[in-house]
Amino acid sequence: MRAIYVLWLREMKRFTRSKSRVISSLIMPLLFLSFLGSGFQGVSVPGAGGEYINFLSPGILGMLILFSSTFAGITVMIDREYGFLKEVMVAPVSRASIALGRIAGGTTTTLIQTLMVLALSSILGFNFNIFGIPLTMLAIFLSSSVFISIGLIIASIMDQQEGFQLIVNFFIFPLFFLSGALTPITNFPEPIQILSYLSPLTYGIDVMRFALTGYSLMPVLISLPILLVSAITFVLASAYIFDKTEVK
Amino acid sequence: MESIVIKDLTKKFKEFTAVDNISFKIKKGEVFGFLGPNGAGKTTTIKMLSTLFNPTSGEAKVNGFDVQTQRDDVRKSIGIVFQETALDVQLTGRENLEFHGMMYGVPKDKRNKKIDEVLKLVNMEDKANIIVKKYSGGMKRRLEIARGLIHNPEVLFLDEPTLGLDAQTRRRIWDYIKELNKKEKITIFLTTHYMEEADFLCDRIAIIDNGKIIARGTSKKLKNLLGGDVISLEIKKTPGKLKKMLETCTNCKWIKKVKAHNNHLSLTVQNAETKVTKVLKLAEKAGIDIISVSIRKPSLEDVFIHFTGKTIREAKPENFQMKMMAMRRGH
Repeated sequence: MRAIYVLWLREMKRFTRSKSRVISSLIMPLLFLSFLGSGFQGVSVPGAGGEYINFLSPGILGMLILFSSTFAGITVMIDREYGFLKEVMVAPVSRASIALGRIAGGTTTTLIQTLMVLALSSILGFNFNIFGIPLTMLAIFLSSSVFISIGLIIASIMDQQEGFQLIVNFFIFPLFFLSGALTPITNFPEPIQILSYLSPLTYGIDVMRFALTGYSLMPVLISLPILLVSAITFVLASAYIFDKTEVK
Repeated sequence: MESIVIKDLTKKFKEFTAVDNISFKIKKGEVFGFLGPNGAGKTTTIKMLSTLFNPTSGEAKVNGFDVQTQRDDVRKSIGIVFQETALDVQLTGRENLEFHGMMYGVPKDKRNKKIDEVLKLVNMEDKANIIVKKYSGGMKRRLEIARGLIHNPEVLFLDEPTLGLDAQTRRRIWDYIKELNKKEKITIFLTTHYMEEADFLCDRIAIIDNGKIIARGTSKKLKNLLGGDVISLEIKKTPGKLKKMLETCTNCKWIKKVKAHNNHLSLTVQNAETKVTKVLKLAEKAGIDIISVSIRKPSLEDVFIHFTGKTIREAKPENFQMKMMAMRRGH
């Protein structure tokens, strides 16, 4: 427990100290929201009701979660590069708690960033249900746990930062499109839809869409438990894999 | 009492053996040095003793705890300063120390007291609130040594503590280490490839090369193994004549040992000052051109040459790069 708190605290200190990085991470979601939102003005997704931006915004929140969480996990590699990981790994605390501390820190920073974008999206015309915010936060927390864990796993397996661009192109972007962030997945060809249903982000976005707009692809009583189970699975997997790695 | 007991410890990375069946004991309060070239297996040994690597075979106990089955107890007993910096450069010096204290479960009031204490020990009180990114190499190293002491470890590991530092900073860090060992009675295990460092700091030294310990003892004892002073001749390379000279020298009773190495000839004799002229005559007879002559009291470098037939700088294995890559890739 102690280690989880200490690592969380470190993440918070670094977060508040790197304002420029935080602001720049908000730029891309805001560009997507303003250009796609205004560009597709008057277009509406069948069934979703209202303007496209109402469909789009929860998807963009999902995009932000996907990017910032995966990177939060992968930053373990940067710690390794700077040697700081060794300091953490020789401390008399369990490796699992080190992984959990990372996840706690990363979910918190992701939550803060996502809520900032949500607030800004209302200025851009996103009309959402305020009472849906607690459920949205839960979905952010769970989805973020999934992708930080995946980031940690990638960082444990991958040796060098050279693979970084590879991950962005072959993992993050495909997931982003598959998860129905921009378009309803029901429009995809069927084999692609299967892939969509394999992505945890699909469920995260769907829960947020339900919470904020009332529209969703599947009942929240199905998507939320699936999201919960995948979060638990990935967190446990990352803690396990992290425990097994040696520090070079 | 023993702080560290190592028995038949081995670490293999695929087909490459980094540490080959080493055994030794380190007494409590001792400064013990691992002297050897890069790639000899020094860091790998430290990583096994600090639980970062799992040994392939053999066993090791630190402060009475097994490094494989009692990892947490081992980690609580040790402080470690790595070869490369292991600081969070985005935090201040004090925050790095706080992080460490918290991770090791040092309670708050005790932690603050200890942090002030260690900062004073390394003369960094006034730099503590600056972000580490702005520190010089020497400051970082001093901060790391300070950090290693916060949780009152029984054993302190220093992996090449002065690598890449200027002479002045090196000297200061040596003084800190000496003082630390005297004041806190802490056991120190350090690795180095600097002869002077091992000589100055260590109570006992183990010379390691290619993963094997080739000699062990106090600096004095190791030097005595050589049997006297060394007269070193720098000569023009003439293989046939050199061979003759070697033969003549081997037949002289007053020459204890003779070794040729590139264009250097090392003769071990008692009271070298009185033997120089004799040596010069021998060389003249053999027809060897001498470029320079020097007399040395034996150094650890000579000890190293004696045991390995090469200088410590040459000892870098040719496939060192390959080995490092194998280490990074596979376990």
